[in-house]
Amino acid sequence: MVIFSLFVSVVFAVLTRDDPKEQLKFGARLFGGFIGAGILMGWLLYPLPL
Amino acid sequence: MRAAPADRTQTTSTPYLICALAWFLPGAGHFWLGRRQKGIVFLVALSLMFAFGLWLQGRLFPFEITQPLVALMAVADVGVGLPYFVARTAGIGAGDVVAVTYEYGNTFIIAAGLLNMLVVLDAFDIAKGRK
Repeated sequence: MVIFSLFVSVVFAVLTRDDPKEQLKFGARLFGGFIGAGILMGWLLYPLPL
Repeated sequence: MRAAPADRTQTTSTPYLICALAWFLPGAGHFWLGRRQKGIVFLVALSLMFAFGLWLQGRLFPFEITQPLVALMAVADVGVGLPYFVARTAGIGAGDVVAVTYEYGNTFIIAAGLLNMLVVLDAFDIAKGRK
């Protein structure tokens, strides 16, 4: 999940932003969002049976 | 001095050729249009993502019209261009459906193809002078 998030964040950041600083900022936010959402979803789904 | 994005708008008479090039080799369209750093990032990131998917026992799906979802996944797989054909030619990508990482591998391969399609659209916009 972390590696997938990293790749997708890098591509989206470079695709949507032109300035390297903005790319870094947006990429970091996106990456954090992916990881945070993944952890949150994991905990929300934890009580559900398989 | 680095030019501002607004100053770098450009139009080209060959946007469809650039799209074909961008699809065939990830990042090549941006490289052709002078956005070399972006092109290199796309080439490295998307090729690595695709390779990672194969390493995780992902499958290159066949075009089976009788199974629409499989056909759609095949379209997504082809979206990455050259790496797909290299893997097909080398006989890689049979996938191991019982492997724990099978679905993760598929996700990497499919996402790499779909992201390259977005990169192609971005190259088209740049070629048309919209960005």
